[in-house]
Amino acid sequence: MSYRVALEGSHAVAEAVRMADVDVISAYPITPQTHIPERLAEMVANGDLNAAYIPVESEHSALSACLGAAAVGARTFTATAGQGLELMHEVVYVASSMRYPVVMAVCNRALSAPLSVWGDHSDAMAVRDTGWIQVFCQNNQEAFDLTLWAFRVAEHPQVLFPVMVHLDGFTLSHVTEPVVLPEQSQVNRFLPRFQYHFALDPEHPITHGAFAPPDIYSEAKLAQEIAFRNSKQVILQSWQEFAGIFGRFYHPVEQYRTENAEVMLLTMGSFTETAKLVIDKRRERGERVGLVSLRLWRPFPFEEFRQAVSQARLIIVFDRAISFGVGGPVLSEVKSALYDAPARPTVVGIVGGLGGRDVSEEDFDYVIDRGKQIAQTGSDRILETVGIRE
Amino acid sequence: MQLTWKDLKVGNIVTEPGNASFRRTGDWRTQRPILDKEACVRCALCWIHCPDAAIKLSEEGYFESDLYYCKGCGICASVCPAGAIAMIEEEEK
Repeated sequence: MSYRVALEGSHAVAEAVRMADVDVISAYPITPQTHIPERLAEMVANGDLNAAYIPVESEHSALSACLGAAAVGARTFTATAGQGLELMHEVVYVASSMRYPVVMAVCNRALSAPLSVWGDHSDAMAVRDTGWIQVFCQNNQEAFDLTLWAFRVAEHPQVLFPVMVHLDGFTLSHVTEPVVLPEQSQVNRFLPRFQYHFALDPEHPITHGAFAPPDIYSEAKLAQEIAFRNSKQVILQSWQEFAGIFGRFYHPVEQYRTENAEVMLLTMGSFTETAKLVIDKRRERGERVGLVSLRLWRPFPFEEFRQAVSQARLIIVFDRAISFGVGGPVLSEVKSALYDAPARPTVVGIVGGLGGRDVSEEDFDYVIDRGKQIAQTGSDRILETVGIRE
Repeated sequence: MQLTWKDLKVGNIVTEPGNASFRRTGDWRTQRPILDKEACVRCALCWIHCPDAAIKLSEEGYFESDLYYCKGCGICASVCPAGAIAMIEEEEK
């Protein structure tokens, strides 16, 4: 029988890692991720988890250690946030290009400067193009579920890509919520042992990480992109398997009250739950508004997204990061995804929730009202924002 | 080598061990070592120092460069105590 407990997001992630019975953990503590490696270190020290815990001197080394472990066929986990993910950046690309199925939790944090330990999506956007499968969590249940699921999809022989599970720093990592935990037997049914066909073995020597001169590098990148796009099939299939065993359903694009909605708000991560309250109130007033939330960020779910917004006349994208010189990174993505759609809705974007700034129900009301207004009149501002003093 | 993307293993893993020996690194060379057998004392210092293991022991007991691999770095010429190895430009015949 599954059971319900109160867990902060960090501990929900650690619990999923324990139940996944990982072999190797290597991580370097950084706010707001610290509680994840701290709890895992405790589990290993107490004998609750039979894994090697490798303490390192930096995030660059943490992910490097995971790559080495994955190369011999170990199930590996790391976690980081903000600046830590930036310091890791070089190895982030290496992990996906060498097809090592490392699972990493990222407790999303703003990037310096000015120094901020609080949450936004700048760190996630900086690793947008690194070739990791990336999902965003809305609550602590999802932090548990998607971490567990991440091992399943990463290690699938048709995938073999690393997976990043994004959970908002503090608003999820440090907040306690009820989480339903499964039985170990259910987890074992969902998650078979990692069988890596190309594991390094001195008895059967092979080469990992060979260099590629110009006559083969392009082919290697094309192979990577095709395999990465194809991973979506396994992602969808593994979410069905997850639902069959645990009873909770996940989709690449979550739709909330989008039936007959002319206006759709688009969010990612934990602020989605605040936005839902605003949608509820407006629906009660008879307003035809709905919400779409991107759970799968990479590979981008083009078909599912176009399908989800096919009835919308206006999409209002809420971004928690700035792509300097462009605007909201999710806004750019959404516009690009819809360019080839047969009937393109109007798409506008508003940026907010940077560096731990809260976004309230009133703020989402402003986002929707202002979004509708811009759709009519256009915007004369360099950047449309919410909750930022001008 | 005309492999397509479909021919590559997952993560570009090379499953055939030791195949670096098929790679002709000799065509990177701009200078070539020339051995003066009269001066050579067969001490093997060049053989010890060659970073590419491109110096072989000949049947006559001399140490000679294997030009399939020799990159022309000149270390052999530099360490030779007898001054028996000279580096000449590749285009000089």
